[in-house]
Amino acid sequence: MSETTPTAVDRGFFGEANYPGILGWIFSTDHKRIGLLYFWCIVVFFSVGVLLGLLIRLELFAPGETIMTAQTYNAAFTLHGVIMIFLFIIPGIPAAFGNLIMPIQLGARDVAFPKLNLMSWWLYVIGAALALTSLFTGGGPPDTGWTFYVPFSAQTSTNVSLAAVAVFILGFSSILTGLNFVTTIHRLRAEGMTWMRIPLFTWSLYATAWIQILATPVIGITVALLFVERIVGTGLFDPTQGGDPIMFQHLFWIYSHPAVYIMILPGMGVVSDIIPVFARKPAFGYKAIVVSSLAIAFAGSLVWAHHMYTSGMSDMAVLVFSFLTFIVAIPSAIKVFNWLATLYQGSILLDPPLLYALSFILLFTIGGLTGLVLGAAATDVHVHDTYFVVGHFHFVMFGGTGMAFFAAMHYWLPKIYGRMYDKVVATVAWGVILIGFCVLYISMKVVGMQGMPRRYYDYIPEFTGINQLATVGSWILAFGLLLMFVNLFRGIFKGEPFGSNPWGGATLEWQVPSPPPTENFDDDPVVTHGPYDYKKAGIL
Amino acid sequence: MTEEHAHLVPYKTFLLIWVALLVLTVITVAAAQFDFGALNIWIALGIATLKSSLVVAIFMHMKYEQWLFKLALLAALAILAIFIGLTFFDVLYR
Ligand code: HEM
Repeated sequence: MSETTPTAVDRGFFGEANYPGILGWIFSTDHKRIGLLYFWCIVVFFSVGVLLGLLIRLELFAPGETIMTAQTYNAAFTLHGVIMIFLFIIPGIPAAFGNLIMPIQLGARDVAFPKLNLMSWWLYVIGAALALTSLFTGGGPPDTGWTFYVPFSAQTSTNVSLAAVAVFILGFSSILTGLNFVTTIHRLRAEGMTWMRIPLFTWSLYATAWIQILATPVIGITVALLFVERIVGTGLFDPTQGGDPIMFQHLFWIYSHPAVYIMILPGMGVVSDIIPVFARKPAFGYKAIVVSSLAIAFAGSLVWAHHMYTSGMSDMAVLVFSFLTFIVAIPSAIKVFNWLATLYQGSILLDPPLLYALSFILLFTIGGLTGLVLGAAATDVHVHDTYFVVGHFHFVMFGGTGMAFFAAMHYWLPKIYGRMYDKVVATVAWGVILIGFCVLYISMKVVGMQGMPRRYYDYIPEFTGINQLATVGSWILAFGLLLMFVNLFRGIFKGEPFGSNPWGGATLEWQVPSPPPTENFDDDPVVTHGPYDYKKAGIL
Repeated sequence: MTEEHAHLVPYKTFLLIWVALLVLTVITVAAAQFDFGALNIWIALGIATLKSSLVVAIFMHMKYEQWLFKLALLAALAILAIFIGLTFFDVLYR
């Protein structure tokens, strides 16, 4: 960190494009440009999703019809769910920050298949465009919820078929990214970058990529079957024709449960990379974190039917899947303990990336523990499909992966743009977000415990007070998000230049200039120490 | 890789496999005429597995590939087996 602070920013990869203007972006095979394409798309979709969430909360401000009809409400939460899951949280960290950072962390000049990488982005955009088209064509916006359960999804006249095609295409984008990352991590590591020197963020992407490759085809099959069920009435899920509606739920969750690990593992990777830097200590239990990532990827693939305790599947299956679910808690807890042990007696710098990482730990742990209430079949039957579940998954997805995404933005975006945001404003925004978040989602958990079901636009008058509290929480949260984004974007475009290593990280991305040059390294790097060895890296 | 790609399978082998596939199809249809009880499904699945193995091994050249490709195929099959196996905890005990 002894380098002098530059006054102007060298434009790095921003200065070199193969085509003029926008074409230089949408036809670029540079992993950093593709990462930024993903990033900005994802931020736009996230904002739309938040807007829909706010509208949903506004409708729930009072019992009865407040601002929208029941049918509009059904479409609103479906769209909110589909956008947040398929367009924000699944591609969020791997496609945006994985692309931006992972090759540099390995000491590579790009991913293994740059053209395939560009194609993944195009598939993502095409899938997103189709999902949006489904709103305005056919029988109107889908109203099934993001889970597309039969028999309703097979019968409703809304435009479910097109949405299914969109999900199919988005799945391909995800599979190709996974293939690309696995190959890159196996083949393109720099000299000296042994497996046990790979930064934990990249390790988490490796585990994630395998789930993307192995589980995503199943959602493709599932929505394809739903599609033919709707178009030609194959009867696969229709009991009157010998089909089985519960089979749809099995197929859906065989993908969608592993998908929650596609969402959370990269978030855990971000946190594992940030904490050592701001504690000025090597990651405690590096190997345990690596192994637990792989264990989560494996065990997490075997627990899907815990979403189905009340579906009418056999008691035997309830027993087996409840047991398996408890096993996944172990590797998750291993990570939490390792992060805390890394912080213990560190010289902690409370900069914004660490604050967001800490809120990840807090909110993810609360979300994970409420997950055990749902994982135990005996308690789940009471709260299944209530607002308790909605509170739970917002805690793990938004409080977990969402916060990790924000942490990654505050940690790595200055690196990519070469300019720094205002840390005080970022800290204030963090506080506002945390308060709004807890008011909003803890209220949801409480009202769920009291028995309010999810996916209803109306409720009994007894629930009015707590629903209004939740809605006020959503306004606080939205204000915090706005403050955070405005400050961050102002910073990366207009802020102060800062050199290459503002946080004192020892991984390779901090050794190249900011913004990095087109092929990242002038000479191929040779790695001589572990990712958190601050002494050997000359930082401490 | 190049040695494997240079490997030429004689037409005779292809023809034989094709005949074998036809014979197995006839057996499937024939077996469906009788009721073997619980064995019905095993017989049908057994013949289908045999047929697809022949296609993958010979027509799709898996037999002549390096071990990594075989391992990848086996891993995919094992995962499929786990998914289907766990689903049977539901279907069998309903
Ligand atoms: C300001 C932010 C947000 C607000 C106010 C909000 C609000 C809500 C509410 C009230 C529901 C329940 C609707 C109902 O069951 O009737 C809901 C559902 C949902 N939310 Fe959010 N949410 C927000 C952010 C997020 C984020 C960041 C994610 C993903 C990471 C997310 C994912 C989902 C999903 C998957 C559903 C389920 C949709 C369905 O039932 O099909 N939300 N949200």
